[in-house]
Amino acid sequence: MQIRTVTGDYIKDLLASGTREDGRDMLDYRSITVKPSIIPNAEGSAEVTIGHTRVLVGVKLGVGSPMPDKPNEGNLITGAELLPLASDSFETGPPSPEAIELARVIDRGIRSSGMIDTKALFIEEDKVWDLFVDVYILNYDGNMFDAGTLAAVTALSTARMPKIEDNKVIREGNLGRLKVSNTITSCTFAKIADNIILDPDRNEEEFMDGRLTIANDENVVRAMQKGLSGSFSPKELENLMDITFDKSKELRKHIERAKSD
Amino acid sequence: MGGSEKPELIINGKRLDGRTSDQLRDIKIEVGAVRNAVGSSYIEWGNNKILAAVYGPKEALPKHVQDPEKAIIKCRYQMSPFSSLEDHGRTGPNRRSTEISKVTKEVFQNVVLLEQFPGSEIDLYIDVLQADGGTRAAGITAAAVALAASGIPMTDIPFAVSVGKVGSELILDMNKIEDNYSDADMPVAISPRTGEMLLLQMDGNLTIEEVNRGVQMIKKAGEAISKIQRNALKVSYERILEKYKK
Repeated sequence: MQIRTVTGDYIKDLLASGTREDGRDMLDYRSITVKPSIIPNAEGSAEVTIGHTRVLVGVKLGVGSPMPDKPNEGNLITGAELLPLASDSFETGPPSPEAIELARVIDRGIRSSGMIDTKALFIEEDKVWDLFVDVYILNYDGNMFDAGTLAAVTALSTARMPKIEDNKVIREGNLGRLKVSNTITSCTFAKIADNIILDPDRNEEEFMDGRLTIANDENVVRAMQKGLSGSFSPKELENLMDITFDKSKELRKHIERAKSD
Repeated sequence: MGGSEKPELIINGKRLDGRTSDQLRDIKIEVGAVRNAVGSSYIEWGNNKILAAVYGPKEALPKHVQDPEKAIIKCRYQMSPFSSLEDHGRTGPNRRSTEISKVTKEVFQNVVLLEQFPGSEIDLYIDVLQADGGTRAAGITAAAVALAASGIPMTDIPFAVSVGKVGSELILDMNKIEDNYSDADMPVAISPRTGEMLLLQMDGNLTIEEVNRGVQMIKKAGEAISKIQRNALKVSYERILEKYKK
């Protein structure tokens, strides 16, 4: 068993002297791996690691009913599970506000990017596809937002599209791909005292005052979410958007590579 | 966002309710709307009608949630099941209200002097009685007044409002129909004393330039909103003074 002894002062002193526990620069990601299609039974899946954070996303499609206010559109349903096996700080029980926020921020990015055309998920009157995106945190070492978005977008971008024959859903065999028309990624920053860092790990997240996630595609910002009690100035936001557009090029490459596998 | 039969939201430079792009809806705030609460307020923001109430500080319960160094804030934002023009809503928390409760709590964790009340909880209730778009921003604006009225020490009285986008035009303070068909929505809460952003959410599509311009629009609108908040408090204090004069 590992006894956690890191203190806030230690993390803050390191940042004040311009470094981090693992030697990274303030605006560096940890090493990232992206593995698509590792759950063959799911229509789409991807496992992403950012440092020791490990996230699995599974995509399933099923037949459901449209929402009353959108009778001609399918449903995108994103959930997140902070599995108790992933960290001693996660507990069993109904989804915590943290898990709900994580799911909703990932969902907003995907939805706003237009990468999924929910109108194309229409089958016939009162019958549409439900597109489930389940984000499973398998090991927690910070920055679940970026890992979750990366895994979700990769899983969607490599998913197969089931079909209906004789009223039965066919999930295997000769199937096309789920139509995906954009790629989004997110960059998450932590503010600790006066320092702003990219991709906080668990120890850094424990002592961060504020968190800011910016999701973008190649051209525009698609979603943002500030978390915790810390604040950001308009000037800081301006700067962090520029950094996000720069860093997202590298993140997008991981998805492109997974798609061409 | 973006339904198929999208109505024209801006005609000849005017919005459907006659406002210009950077014009707020009418805002009225009344302090002391809930008699039992330590501090409370009622806000009418356009057609939104929202109550905010503060209870505490009191011993935080259950005991394991206590922080020996400071007070905790519990916040519950909720929409009444009859608050919208659509079908009867479901009571109880849903994913949306859980998230709004969380980000609202975080706004006030920034400004309330929590260290003065170790082991305590401060309860913040925001109940939306009628909704017409922008309820989280109106709720935060009202809750800030309720907290100030409760006498719990704070570094500032935050306000919140959102900026949206229709086509290529940024519009301030969207109502429900604008929100339903807009191309972006960015609610922001600001501490007017420092200019720092305490709430920042966004979805849709905005360029970096539009985000920056939107934040400036919100800051400017904040001057008017802050004035309304402070005036509501002033009126309530004057009322107390009157009472004791008699």
